[in-house]
Amino acid sequence: MTWQEWFFTVLALIGLGAGARLVTAKNVVHAALYLVVTLAMVGAVYLLLGAEFVAWVQVLIYVGAIVVLLLFGLMLTRAPIGREALDNQQRVLAGIVAVGIIVGLVFLIDGAFRGERIDTAAATTTAETGSSIFTTFVMPFEVVSFLLLAALIGAVVLARKEDPE
Amino acid sequence: MIRLPLVLFFSAGLFGIGVYGVLARRNAVLVLMSIELMLNAVNLNLVAFSQYLQDVALSGQIFALFVITVAAAEVGIGLAIVILIFRNRETVNVDEIDLLRW
Repeated sequence: MTWQEWFFTVLALIGLGAGARLVTAKNVVHAALYLVVTLAMVGAVYLLLGAEFVAWVQVLIYVGAIVVLLLFGLMLTRAPIGREALDNQQRVLAGIVAVGIIVGLVFLIDGAFRGERIDTAAATTTAETGSSIFTTFVMPFEVVSFLLLAALIGAVVLARKEDPE
Repeated sequence: MIRLPLVLFFSAGLFGIGVYGVLARRNAVLVLMSIELMLNAVNLNLVAFSQYLQDVALSGQIFALFVITVAAAEVGIGLAIVILIFRNRETVNVDEIDLLRW
């Protein structure tokens, strides 16, 4: 194992542990904080893989914006505490499905990609990412900005209080 | 050098945890959080394959950025809907929102 692999393993274990706590936490605010840990670990893995811009977007958008939005959502709705209030009765079935998916994917990945390696020395810079967005992917980029505008307007229209008259 | 399967295993684990969360949680905001976990697993795969294939156009990374954008839009709209439901029905438990159920 190279040092990158050791480092990656530590990050992945922290991320998976926090993810497991996220879906089992009894307090919704704790769940949101575990989500921060998992997202930060995924961001660190992006850095380790050499995807610089995606890593910082992950920190800014996910850890900075989406988690804050989710915390607002938790605080504007009544959030009960306790397992029975937060989980439904299908916990065992859900666990079986999740374990089945994980085991299936692990077998599939191991069979398909055993021994393949990622060259982390070939890191991509923000300049490369930017020139790719604004040359090859400029049309999807514009479409996505339009989607964000639509989502913004939609969220405002949905969450606005009705006029009394 | 990082072995590709290691990254993919991490991603598979995150996806499975997200599936468990979506299926087992009642609170709509927690379901949204679990969906974020699954989207992150997909992003991780996209970035890993982008680096593995040494793509000059960086398609995987750009696609991951698009997925992050769509996730942000989804959370915004989703939370607006959740807050609206809470205002009308005093609950955000997805199994109690069964007005359209036959």
